[in-house]
Amino acid sequence: MEENRILEVKNLQLSFQLDVGTNHVIRDISFHLNRGETLAIVGESGSGKSVTTKAILGLIDDNGAVEEGSILFRLNKNGKEEIVDLLHSTKSFMQKNIRGSKIAIIFQDPMTSLDPTMTIGNQIMESMLEHKLVKSKKEALERTRNLLDLVGIDHPDKRMKQYPHQLSGGMRQRIVIAIALACEPDLLIADEPTTALDVTIQSQILELIKDIQKKTGVAIIFITHDLGVVANVADRVAVMYAGKIVEEGLASEVYYDPRHPYTWGLLSSIPSLDGKEEEILSIPGSPPNLIHPPKGDAFAYRSSYALAIDFEEVPPMFKVSETHFVASWLLHPDAPKVEMPDVLKKRLNQYSHSKEV
Amino acid sequence: MTEHKKELFKRLEPKEYVTQELISNEEPKFFRDAYRRFKKNKGAHIALFMIIGILFLAAFGPLIGGHVYNEVITQHINLPPRVPFIENLGILNGMRDNVNIYLQKGFNDVYYWFGADGLGRDLWVRVWMGTRISFLVAFVAVLIDVIIGISYGLISGYYGGKVDMVMQRFVEIISGIPNLVVVILLVLVLKPGLQSIIFALMITGWISMSRVVRSQVLKLKELEFVLAARTLGASSFVIILKEILPNIIGQIIVMTMFSIPSAIFYESFLAFVGLGLQPPLASLGVLISTGYQSLLIYPHMVIFPVLVLSLLMLSFNLVADGLRDAFDPKMKGF
Amino acid sequence: MFKYITRRMFWSIVTLFTILILLFLLLQFLPGTPFNDEKLSEASKALLNAKYGLDQPFFSRFGIYMKNILTEFDFGISLSIQRNWMVKNIVLPRLGISVRIGLQALALGTFMGIILGVLSASKKNTWVDTLATLIAIVGVSIPSYVFALLLSYVFGFKIPIFSIIFNFNDPIKSSILPTIALSMFVMAQVTRFLRTELIEVLGSDYIRLVEAKGVSKFKVIYRHGLRNALISVITILGPLTVTLLTGSLVVEKVYAVPGIGSLLVNGILTNDYNVIVMIAFVYSALYITMNLFVDILYGIIDPRIRVAKGA
Repeated sequence: MEENRILEVKNLQLSFQLDVGTNHVIRDISFHLNRGETLAIVGESGSGKSVTTKAILGLIDDNGAVEEGSILFRLNKNGKEEIVDLLHSTKSFMQKNIRGSKIAIIFQDPMTSLDPTMTIGNQIMESMLEHKLVKSKKEALERTRNLLDLVGIDHPDKRMKQYPHQLSGGMRQRIVIAIALACEPDLLIADEPTTALDVTIQSQILELIKDIQKKTGVAIIFITHDLGVVANVADRVAVMYAGKIVEEGLASEVYYDPRHPYTWGLLSSIPSLDGKEEEILSIPGSPPNLIHPPKGDAFAYRSSYALAIDFEEVPPMFKVSETHFVASWLLHPDAPKVEMPDVLKKRLNQYSHSKEV
Repeated sequence: MTEHKKELFKRLEPKEYVTQELISNEEPKFFRDAYRRFKKNKGAHIALFMIIGILFLAAFGPLIGGHVYNEVITQHINLPPRVPFIENLGILNGMRDNVNIYLQKGFNDVYYWFGADGLGRDLWVRVWMGTRISFLVAFVAVLIDVIIGISYGLISGYYGGKVDMVMQRFVEIISGIPNLVVVILLVLVLKPGLQSIIFALMITGWISMSRVVRSQVLKLKELEFVLAARTLGASSFVIILKEILPNIIGQIIVMTMFSIPSAIFYESFLAFVGLGLQPPLASLGVLISTGYQSLLIYPHMVIFPVLVLSLLMLSFNLVADGLRDAFDPKMKGF
Repeated sequence: MFKYITRRMFWSIVTLFTILILLFLLLQFLPGTPFNDEKLSEASKALLNAKYGLDQPFFSRFGIYMKNILTEFDFGISLSIQRNWMVKNIVLPRLGISVRIGLQALALGTFMGIILGVLSASKKNTWVDTLATLIAIVGVSIPSYVFALLLSYVFGFKIPIFSIIFNFNDPIKSSILPTIALSMFVMAQVTRFLRTELIEVLGSDYIRLVEAKGVSKFKVIYRHGLRNALISVITILGPLTVTLLTGSLVVEKVYAVPGIGSLLVNGILTNDYNVIVMIAFVYSALYITMNLFVDILYGIIDPRIRVAKGA
């Protein structure tokens, strides 16, 4: 693993045994995360993005998961660094050394993420006490106060004694973030952290996450179904479809030079902010059933740019630049030249202009 | 990278494929799914056959065995159980304290499969006659649950408002009185017997069913399809019958199944206390109640009715559990 | 919270009052008068009439009946069990042992039920779960008097550790078998309810977050899972009281425990109406008190009710 990488997922495959057959949820994906970087993983529900995070945390349900590949993580233990394969670690190793202490997660719905019968303070302190990061209850309290301050909650002493039902959704998500940061993790996974919130609160939480990364240098994997949300947060973006990564690159590359027709679809379906009536291109159809994954390129079945070979063979990752990769036969030298839809082109032009201004 | 033929790169239209919706949006095969889940539950399956077996014995048991209900043969008092052929295996062989009572008294060709009671009556016949009473009570309990419980819940939940408030206050007060007290007082006024047990069940048996139905109706009546039916001008009766009832049938079946063992229990309990059927009529409770006084000397008088009662209760509970899991895995265990 | 408790108390009192009225009405339908005892002198008859107003018209009879109960807890005199004794002097001394066995059974059953329920839910779909579920279903299916008979046959007769019937000289040891027999149903119900509840809680979002914090499985189950599941288990303690009352009747009969359960059975068999009515009232009061207690306990334990929103 390269020196600046903190996480490297290699050829990960995950499937679940169901009554009706084997569900191939993750079909050979690879990606990496550098220190202090934010990687956005974008895709529709069912594309396998949440399962990937569960695999990183070792929280895959036992119902007959079949796992292949590896998830390498740079574990910093008492100043010594070693590389561990999270996919093949024992449950107790994950619980004692990884979850909560080194890798933390923020879930989607803050309304159901907190234990209703425990005070906020105890819920935040729980992981530091569990991982013996603090020597005394006093130290834990002090740390909790600082954390609440960091996530922008005032009157920390009063809040610590309150129960989740006494707080609003936005406040609760701040608490969930404080819980995630309690042990100063090296990697933070944000699983759709803003989806369940009001639009105004959404941007506050996004700002908070950005701010925290600046202050703590934590690496972040940001899971979302909405490319619009992560535009200002992500350093790199990976687009997932049907258990595969179809396009991966720097944020600028994915946003301003998208190459995969699925990414085009995702970008065109973001409602424009200027409020002008515009054609929103939605992607027709719905994701394939992964108990019976379609042959070849899974997206071709919904794409108006489909090629004959798409229905025969899975496309490899074509390299666009050192950092930009796309899995689509359209990038093959023999493929017909296709352009992104005009609507999208126009819109991207606007974005890049507004960026420059 | 392997070389590819050029013609593979021509444009094509999108093709048919299996989507997530195609699998999950299959028309709801409610009963088939429930049946599939029920079939997987071995315990419930065995229990179902057990119930059928006991039902069969209750129907035809008294006809076989060679003795007649309520026939008193004083010489045969307290005879232990003896079954032909099985007696050679060392059990049910007419022995008590290592003495074969039958041979001792010279009844070489007499067989009482479950033994005889203190009046010399055949327990085999009496146990199965008693089981008939249990089934009868079960049947009545189901009837009461279905008729009173469902209509009370439907009316209270569907009409809501003042109707609901008055009806619920009534339920609140009735359920504030322990069942036991209601049943005992009623039976006291009405004189012990089958009629008073049935009447007692009528007063207390339907409450939990009406609650479940009411809460389901309250939930369902706000749903779109019911609102749609109402907008289209369907009458209340039609809406209840066609839109609401089919949606709660699963829970109704489960609740009904749970009311059976509790009704059987109440009958046997009342009989045991002396408020149920009166001897010489036999119910399982009566048999246990009369038998237990001589439990230490003649255990057979208790063992067989207890065994049948326990098996019956266990089987009904297992089937009810199985049905609950099959229809609605999330329903609470009560 | 205060308003909630007041409201619940109000309805409890209304229910108790309704029960009193029903009991009075019932007595009017029952045949026989307390005066068919020939040995009773004219003077004592007059005394009883003065006290209970039996020669008065319906409404004043009702008034006197209520007054006697509310001021002196006097339900009249016994008709057969201990003739001409005031029933409260027969019933109240026997209340203690019944309540004690009931509470012991409730405690034992709940404790065992929690253990089985937690084992069953945390080891879901393993042999432990199957075994616990089996024990629980046997427990709800088999009537408590069958357990009582079985226990007294095995531990009173075959292996005589305990006496078969209640021994006045050793009330503690004598109460062990009745307690166990009575606790079986409680244990089974708590196990079944806790299992479903705990499985649901363990599948919830906040448990996922606790797991993601790296908290050990043991603590996940006990500190978060059980705590949340137990809150709902409290609600079944009310209905379970009825079962205990029912059970106490038969279990006390089997072991000849000198409690109100066996007294009620005696009263029923000898048509001692005043005894029956008083015990029926005591039972109702116990049940209603238990329900009230459970509701208040629920409010205290669950912070969602205890601490009002935004406070």
